[in-house]
Amino acid sequence: MQVSVSLTVNGKAVTAAVEPRTLLVQLLREHLELTGTHVGCDTSQCGACVVHVDGASAKSCTLLAVQCDGTSITTIEGLAKDGVLHPMQEAFREHHGLQCGFCTPGMVMSAVDLLQHNAKPSETEIREWLEGNICRCTGYHNIVKAVQHAAQQMGG
Amino acid sequence: MPDAPSNYQIGASVKRREDLRFLTGNGNYTDDINRPGQLYAYILRSTQAHAEIVSIDTKAARAMPGVVTIYTGADMAADGIGGLPCGWQIHSKDGSPMVEPSHPPIVVDRVRHVGDNVAVVIADSLAQAKDAAEAIAIDYKALPAAVSVTAAVAPGAPLVWDTAPGNQCYDWHLGDKAATEAAFAAAKTIAKVDIVNNRLIPNAMEPRAALGDFNPSSGEYTLFTTSQNPHVIRLLMGAFVLKLPEHKLRVVAPDVGGGFGSKIYHYAEEAICTWAAGKLKRPVKWTAERTESFMTDAHGRDHVTHAEMAMDGEGRFLALRVSTKANMGAYLSTFAPAVPTYLYGTLLAGVYKTPAIYVEVQAVFTNTTPVDAYRGAGRPEATFLLERLVDECARVTGIDRADIRRRNFIAADAFPYQTPVALQYDSGDYQGCLDAALAAHNYAGFPARKAESEKAGKLRGIGLSTYVEACGIAPSAVVGSLGARAGLFEVGKVRVHPTGSVTVFTGTHSHGQGHETTFAQVVADALGVGMDQVDIVHGDTANVPFGMGTYGSRSLAVGGSAIVKACDKIVAKAKKIAAHLLEAAEADIEFKDGMFKVAGTDRQKALAEISLAAYVPHNYPIDELEPGLEETAFYDPKNFTFPGGTHICEVEIDPETGVTRVTQFTAVDDVGRVINPMIVEGQVHGGLAQGIGQALLEQCVYDAAGQLLTGSMMDYCMPRADDLPLFYVGQHTTLCTHNPLGVKGCGEVGAIGSPPAVMNAVIDALKGYGVTNMDMPATPEKVWRAVQSGRKH
Ligand code: FES
Ligand code: FES
Repeated sequence: MQVSVSLTVNGKAVTAAVEPRTLLVQLLREHLELTGTHVGCDTSQCGACVVHVDGASAKSCTLLAVQCDGTSITTIEGLAKDGVLHPMQEAFREHHGLQCGFCTPGMVMSAVDLLQHNAKPSETEIREWLEGNICRCTGYHNIVKAVQHAAQQMGG
Repeated sequence: MPDAPSNYQIGASVKRREDLRFLTGNGNYTDDINRPGQLYAYILRSTQAHAEIVSIDTKAARAMPGVVTIYTGADMAADGIGGLPCGWQIHSKDGSPMVEPSHPPIVVDRVRHVGDNVAVVIADSLAQAKDAAEAIAIDYKALPAAVSVTAAVAPGAPLVWDTAPGNQCYDWHLGDKAATEAAFAAAKTIAKVDIVNNRLIPNAMEPRAALGDFNPSSGEYTLFTTSQNPHVIRLLMGAFVLKLPEHKLRVVAPDVGGGFGSKIYHYAEEAICTWAAGKLKRPVKWTAERTESFMTDAHGRDHVTHAEMAMDGEGRFLALRVSTKANMGAYLSTFAPAVPTYLYGTLLAGVYKTPAIYVEVQAVFTNTTPVDAYRGAGRPEATFLLERLVDECARVTGIDRADIRRRNFIAADAFPYQTPVALQYDSGDYQGCLDAALAAHNYAGFPARKAESEKAGKLRGIGLSTYVEACGIAPSAVVGSLGARAGLFEVGKVRVHPTGSVTVFTGTHSHGQGHETTFAQVVADALGVGMDQVDIVHGDTANVPFGMGTYGSRSLAVGGSAIVKACDKIVAKAKKIAAHLLEAAEADIEFKDGMFKVAGTDRQKALAEISLAAYVPHNYPIDELEPGLEETAFYDPKNFTFPGGTHICEVEIDPETGVTRVTQFTAVDDVGRVINPMIVEGQVHGGLAQGIGQALLEQCVYDAAGQLLTGSMMDYCMPRADDLPLFYVGQHTTLCTHNPLGVKGCGEVGAIGSPPAVMNAVIDALKGYGVTNMDMPATPEKVWRAVQSGRKH
C-alpha cells in the first residue's frame, strides 16, 4: 500500500507516494535524494538524522513520513541561503568542529535550534542540549567552541 | 601563473578544505551512492552464540514479494568462494604457527558468535529483503559457548574450534625470561597489579556499508565500501576470497564517516555484495544497521593481565614480567594476531629504562565477535598496565607518583634507545613532557582544589600517565619477519599539470583526519605553489597506485613521506628542465618558493613555466629526459615513530552517587613536527574522548551464554557532550629522526595516554576508602560500591 504525502522541503513543495512505514529520513534520503541527512543508529540515540520540522529540531529517523504531511522541513542542504553559509556552518568550519563529517549535519541542525531557544548558552547548556547528538571524532571540544562562536556572531 | 605562496604552510592552522562539502550535506558516503537497477541485501545473522545449523529452509522466503534470491554458505562454497584471510601470522613459544581457522563469508554448518552470517536475502527493496528474512526457518542445535577469556581457558571449556585445544590460538612470548627472573630474585620491592582491559565496540558514526557492481561488457567489478584501505580490501577480497583478477576489481572508499580501526578489515559483506552483483548482473547494496555494527564490527581490547614490577631500594625498576590473555573472538580478523603481540609486548618498556622485561601472551578463541585493532591497538593496553603498575609501585614504596616516573625515565640524551623488547626509540623527551604538563595543569595547586571539593562533600583525585607509543607502521622487512603477510610502505604520486596546478594521489585514506588539507600544506611547501593549486586524491584503486591505507597513525609519517619523496623527484626533474631553458648548468639551479633560479642571477623560471615546457616539449632536452612532469614514490619507513607525552586527569567524585566527573584534563604530547596545529589538536581531542570513554563509560558486555547485552547505543555508553570537559592540549616536540618531515603521528595518542590517567585519578580520589585498584569503566555503580565497602571498614 502506498500513501501520498505532501510537504515542503527546503522551501520546495514536494509530493511523494510512500509506504506507510516509511520514515521521514527515508523519504529525504531515498525518495528526494537529500543524502546530507544521515542515519547513525536504530534507537533514536545518535542525532545524525536531525532536521527541522516546522522550524524545530527533530530526529528524522523517529518520525514517519506520513506524520510530516503538511509540514515544512529544513535539512542541512537547505541551511545555507543563496550560497552563503549559515553562521553555524561557518563557525563549525572556523573552529574545526567536524572531522569525518558524519555527525555534522545533525549536529549543526541541532545547534541552530539551540540558539533559537537560547541565544547565549553557557558551555554547560550547550553540552546538555547536544546530549542527543553523538560525535565519535571530535571529543565535542571544538563543537562547543563553534556553537559559542556562532552565538556571538549571531548577536547572542 | 599561480602566485607563489607568501609564507610557508607547514605549521599553520589552515582551515580544512573538506569541511564545505560536509557542512552543506554534500559529502559522498557509501550509503549515499545508488546505482541504476540496484538490489538490496539483508544479512540474516545468528541469534545463537554457538550452534550447529541443522537446516535452513528458505522456501517460504523465496516466494515473498520482491525477493530476487537467497544465498547461503553452501551457495558460496559451491562457487569456490574462499574464507576471509588473516594478514598476520604469529608463532607460539614452541615455534608452532597459530591456529588459523577458516572464516567463510557465510557460515556453512556452525555459527560461532551472535551476529555470524547465516544467509543473505537479496530483494528489490530493503524492506522486502527484511520481511523475507523473517520467513527463513533455521533449525539450530545449540552448543555450549565459551565467552570470556577466563572461562574459555578453564579446563573442560566448550571448544570454539575443534582444531584449537583449550581454545588457544597461540602462546607467544617476548623478552629475556632468565634475566627477568634473576632481577625479581634480587628485588627489594615488588609491585603487582591485576588488570582487565575492558572490551570496547568502536562505533564509528557511519555504519559500515558495501555496494557491489558488475559491468558485463568489461568484466569489471566495482565495490564501494566504508574502508580505511581500499587497496588492501582489493588484494584480500580479490586474491583470497572471490579469486578475481586484481585488474578487474576496483575498490572505492569514498567519504568514510570515521574508522578508528574498525574499517581496516576485510568484512564478509564486501565479498557477499561483490560476488552477488556478479552473479545477478545487478548492483547489490548493503548498509549496516547500528545493531549489526555492534554485533559484527571488530571489537577492541579485551585483555586480562597480571603484571609485576621488581624494584631496588630506591624505587628503580629492575624488571617487569607480564602475563596476558587476549580475546580473539570466534575468528581471526585481518590484523588481530598482531595486536596483543607486536603492538603490545614491544611497548612494555614504555618511557622507562627497565633493563629486563618478559611478557607472555595467550591468545584465546571465544564465541564472541572477532576482536582486532581499535584506536591505539595494543599500545593502550600496554600503557594502561604499565601506568597503573607504576602508580602501584609509587604506592608500595611511598614515593611520589611524579618522582618515581622521573627516577625511571629514559633520559632525553639517551636516544637512540634500545629497549629490551625489540624496539629502538629514535627520539623523545619524557621529562620535558612531564614538566610541561605539570605546569600547564597547575599540579601544584591540586591540594587547594581538593580542599575546595572536600568542603562541598566531594572527593577529588589526580592521575598521571607518561607514555610512549609506536606509530608509522612500519619497515616492511621488519614486520615481515614478525609475521605480517603484507608490506607496509606507502605510495605518493604527484602530477604537475601543464599549467602548473598539482594533483597528488595517496594510498592513505582520510576518514576524518583532514589529509586533503594537511597533505596539501606539505605539497604547497615542497613545490612552492599555492594551496589552491593542490588537490589530494585518495580512496579509489582505479586512480591511486597500490597503497596500504590509514591506521596506526601512519598516514603522514609514511604516506606524507612518500609524497615528499615524489615532490623531490619532481624538483629534481624540473631542475634539469630549468637548466635547459635557462641555458645554465644543472648544478647552478636553485629551487626556492616555486622558482628555479640560476644561482647568483635574477634569471628564473616558475614551476608552471617548467611544467608547460615538459608537456609542450618544443624546446626541451628530449634526448635526456622524458616529457611530462609526474612522479611516483614508494616509501618504506626505516623504523616506527615514537610519539609520547604526559596526560594528567583530575576528577571529582560524588561519594553519595558514585558519579565521577572529569574536571580538568591536560595532555602534553610529542607528536613530532606539527603540520597543522588545529587538526592535530582535534585528533588529540577525539582520542581523549575515546580514552576517557573507555575509562568511565564504555564496556561491551556478553552474558554467560554469549548474548550481546550491549547491542545498541541505549546499552553501550558512548561519551556524549555532557560527559566531557574542555581539554588542555599542548605539545612538547622532538623530531622524528628518520623520516623527511620529522613527524611521528597524532591519531592515537589521546586514546593511548588517557585511560590510565583517568583511572589513576579515580583511585587517588578513593584511596581514603582503601581502594588500590579498579577495573574500567569506573561507572557510578562501581565507584559507589567501592565507597560503601570502604566506609564499612
Ligand atoms: S539515526 Fe540515530 S537518532 Fe536518528
Ligand atoms: S565528525 Fe565524525 S562523528 Fe562527528
